[in-house]
Amino acid sequence: MSLLKLDNLETYLEQYHILQGVSMSVEEGSITVLFGRNGAGKTTTLRSIMGFNPSTTGTVHFHNQNISKLSTHLISRKGIGYVPENQGIFSGLTVEETLNLAKAKSAGETEAKMEWMLQLFPDLKKFWRKKSGLLSGGQKQMLAIARAYINGDGLLLIDEPSKGLSPIMVEKLMESLLKMKEKTTILLVEQNFLMASQIGDYFYIMDDGKIVHEGLMEDLKEDKETCQKYLGIA
Amino acid sequence: MRGLFHKVPMYWGLAIVLFMLLFPFVNDSRSTLILLTQIFIFAIFAMSFDILLGYTGIVSFGHCMFFGIGAYSTAIIFNQLEANLLTFMIGLVIGIALSVLVSYIIGLLSLRLKSHFYAMLTLAVSQLFLVLAEKWRGVTHGGDGFTFSVPDLFKDRTSFYYITLLSVAVVFILLKLFTESSTGKVLKAISQNEHRAEALGYKTLHYKLIASVTAGVAASFSGALYAVSLRFINTNVFSIEVTLDALLMTMIGGLGTLAGAIAGAGIIEFLRHYLSELAMAYPIFERWTIILGFLYIVVLLGFPSGLAGFIKKLTLKKKRKVKKKEELKKIA
Repeated sequence: MSLLKLDNLETYLEQYHILQGVSMSVEEGSITVLFGRNGAGKTTTLRSIMGFNPSTTGTVHFHNQNISKLSTHLISRKGIGYVPENQGIFSGLTVEETLNLAKAKSAGETEAKMEWMLQLFPDLKKFWRKKSGLLSGGQKQMLAIARAYINGDGLLLIDEPSKGLSPIMVEKLMESLLKMKEKTTILLVEQNFLMASQIGDYFYIMDDGKIVHEGLMEDLKEDKETCQKYLGIA
Repeated sequence: MRGLFHKVPMYWGLAIVLFMLLFPFVNDSRSTLILLTQIFIFAIFAMSFDILLGYTGIVSFGHCMFFGIGAYSTAIIFNQLEANLLTFMIGLVIGIALSVLVSYIIGLLSLRLKSHFYAMLTLAVSQLFLVLAEKWRGVTHGGDGFTFSVPDLFKDRTSFYYITLLSVAVVFILLKLFTESSTGKVLKAISQNEHRAEALGYKTLHYKLIASVTAGVAASFSGALYAVSLRFINTNVFSIEVTLDALLMTMIGGLGTLAGAIAGAGIIEFLRHYLSELAMAYPIFERWTIILGFLYIVVLLGFPSGLAGFIKKLTLKKKRKVKKKEELKKIA
């Protein structure tokens, strides 16, 4: 069953036509990966879903409800957690304050979600009273994911979480996302094919603001031609 | 050891309050008492500005309008009616109500846009108030201003000193509670990343309006006290210099720290007082505003986090040293 469905989404950033009719769906309980080169429109797709860059035409359905005309805070309250590309950490707030802010506007079992996140990312408990701006890059990413998971209810949009992280951190992150898959649906934007292909169930490839390929991740791994053409993998 | 460090600022605060409480008993200089009264009044004004700029990241170029609204409301009421505590309360309530209305409308019109729209709109509206005060001579007496009498309780400099001291303490505690509340944390989050706060489900406009109204109310209160302290008012209360004073006090004291705003008000008012006194003996100090401008540049370049930020850094350094020593002891 589709949890999130984008239908013919068109988005402009000033005079630039970024999304040119994007249609895709995210199945409940899956990890769906959105691939594409720089500038293909992956981040804009997530930002359009969240209402930061509202689409001019097309619709976004979440739980079969049209959310394309809602403002960002209302979209968030529907249960969509968002982890932006640059993590968007509140550097002046502590880990505790950040997660409590996320909890305050969250639906569902917030305490249980908080507990689970602290089990999954023990570093957050260790640096509970530390200012978020003083955390390492990996810890900031953990905090951003925990904040979005606690705040959301059913769907996580994650934008390039492996960017700038060491290989060990990427490995840890991958394990965490796989564990999170049991409890939430994830739409992941990622350039790191090696990582994403190991955890993803479905994939979409974007090019010039359009979806050019889609299918099962297992099939993409075998499709050397597509990988080479759109992802630059030999 | 950790608990002690946490309590240090509180002990300092209590010591300063105690000193201020005893000050009129050990001091017989009337001008120092008046200077301290002015510092307390501007400390409230600087704290109100800090709520906007330091805690929420909203830039205002017209904060003087709330100060002026509070000052004129009280002065006009005292001028038109009998001067007693009841009329003071009426003037105060009218000033606060007007400030709530004006800050709410300006906020509603501009805070959904980028922050410079708020800055520009506040500047424009504050200048409108200035023109209104200039032209409505029948009530305001224009640029010449007017004097008025105040209740006996306010006439006595010592009792008024205690009233302003109490006011600054109460406003500090209330604003501290506000900034430490969940609303205050959302404001801090907005100042650091408004989009992310929105993505967490917070309607940021709503919170920015709360900050705008809170700052307006506190500024209006300080304006009312200012008018009472001078027993005179003219259109200067609506001048942009008043807003710049608040900016200077907040920046020098340290953005996002209420105690810093109080310290900033103290530094600026002391400097202004002593530099203008020096100007009597040395004409070079007649241009004392240049010295304040120079100080502003030095602070921005050398201490961008202000006095409070500088002290915080020193305390952190000390903490780290103590921690390192403890660790070395453990190893030994």
